[in-house]
Amino acid sequence: MPDPLLRVDNLVRRFGGITATDNLSLEVKPGELHAIIGPNGAGKTTLISQLTGQLMPNSGSIHFGGRDVTRLPSYKRSRLGLARSFQITSLLKDFSAIDNVALAAQAHDGHSFRFWGNARKEPQLREAAGAALERVGLGKRANVVVSQLSHGEQRELELAVALATKPRLLLLDEPMAGLGVTESARMVALLKELRKEVTIVLVEHDMEAVFALADRITVLVYGRVIACDVPDAIRRHDEVKRAYLGEQHAVTRHG
Amino acid sequence: MMPKLNAPNAVAALLCAALVLLPVYSAVTGNIFILTLFTRIVIFALAAASLNLIMGYGGMMSFGHAAYLGVGGYAVGILAAEGIGSGFIQWPVALAVSALFALVIGALSLRTRGVYFIMITLAFAQMAYYVASGLSRYGGDDGLTIYKRSDFAGLINLSDRNQFYYLCLVCLFGGLYLIWRIVNSRFGLVVQGVRSNEQRMQAIGFHANRYRLVCFVIAGTICGLAGALLANNTDFVSPAVMYWTRSGDLMVMVILGGMGSLFGPVIGAIIYLVLEELLSQFTEYSGIILGPVLLLIVLFARGGIMGLLGRMRRA
Repeated sequence: MPDPLLRVDNLVRRFGGITATDNLSLEVKPGELHAIIGPNGAGKTTLISQLTGQLMPNSGSIHFGGRDVTRLPSYKRSRLGLARSFQITSLLKDFSAIDNVALAAQAHDGHSFRFWGNARKEPQLREAAGAALERVGLGKRANVVVSQLSHGEQRELELAVALATKPRLLLLDEPMAGLGVTESARMVALLKELRKEVTIVLVEHDMEAVFALADRITVLVYGRVIACDVPDAIRRHDEVKRAYLGEQHAVTRHG
Repeated sequence: MMPKLNAPNAVAALLCAALVLLPVYSAVTGNIFILTLFTRIVIFALAAASLNLIMGYGGMMSFGHAAYLGVGGYAVGILAAEGIGSGFIQWPVALAVSALFALVIGALSLRTRGVYFIMITLAFAQMAYYVASGLSRYGGDDGLTIYKRSDFAGLINLSDRNQFYYLCLVCLFGGLYLIWRIVNSRFGLVVQGVRSNEQRMQAIGFHANRYRLVCFVIAGTICGLAGALLANNTDFVSPAVMYWTRSGDLMVMVILGGMGSLFGPVIGAIIYLVLEELLSQFTEYSGIILGPVLLLIVLFARGGIMGLLGRMRRA
């Protein structure tokens, strides 16, 4: 078995009296698509935020590519090859689509204390950005300002921005959130392509998508891992069924 | 690159031409007053443009920007009082001290955001004001008279009205050109990106505060240059140039002209100072008119005069 690309050990994060991440351990192998599911309030976004460094854990450790990154700020983790998309779209709204992506490419092309040349005319940044936009199907919308893009397009742009940082691990926080049926299908097709190139951790509510895509699934409830296995085993797992799948009252009660 | 021909650019171009030709007009008509007024306006336009760099492009609402006018001015004034009259020494010192001052203030205040940032920059500027008031050796409250303008070894004579005006204008155009290059550079895009969404910029790999701080220092340095010019223009520097109302004036110029537009602060400075001058002939309380004008601009013309001009075509 290869060394894990991401290893989380005994992670704890409390908010006041609530333990949002409760002694959580997790391994992501290189090349896999690892889905994280769980009812609302299970601590999925809290976990992602700790993985990317927006939020610091109270205890426990995070190793990425064999290196301890537990206390590293998010911009440094990004440079190591950890990229995220946000559950609530978080883009530079007054910038064009291609500017958003080009900035991500720029962030990974040395320092940006360059004061003179016109950054919008640097071919290698523009080409990298253009390629990432093509990748997610936004090639024709490159020069549209983000606030003018549809919700679905913004979700795709989130992905393009993450891709432009050339990540080794892509953390996707509900990329399907708020998408219609056709848009969701497009996103699933896109993720199917991307998973061939990059290791992905996918947090998602859309169960159909998760079971179609994931190699392994981790189930969170109240910040704890109650199961981690291949999709078929998760489907049959009693505790998971009780906590989550097919038992709507359980979901609403936890929400 | 050819800038697009639209209303804001056309106005900016006309304005530049008018500023260049102003001394000719002044000489032909014998109207010296207008040249004096516009020398002052050009200097304040440079200061406002530097504030626009952090406020408009960087989203850093500094309420203490006039402090650099004072720092640059006092650097010139104090050196002159100590017998160092050469501009080749005075001006680099003025710029260096302003940069250093901005570095210290920026490093401390950029830990905060929003209202706290406004308050802390204001507090630092007020501290500078009181320190200057306490400099009894250099005039204290009453300020410091500069008996001889900066000496540039015969290269340029600052006591000549026209030469001084053109020096100020060159500084303004140079400052604007520099800001224009910066804003479109890699660095400038990062700073604007941080204004738009700091969390996102961190997530894609930028150490946001480092870029904000450098931007803050550049703006402070440019404003320090305006301070050196202002001290030479008035042959005098006093704590009053650093008072918080002066910082407020600069903010008003930027907002009036249009935050985040390259030429906005110039238009803002012209309108603000011309109105102030005109109104002062009728009343001591020019704020009674200026206040409502600003209110109208803020309420109905977001993006200031430049924003208004930009919308004209589309309307």
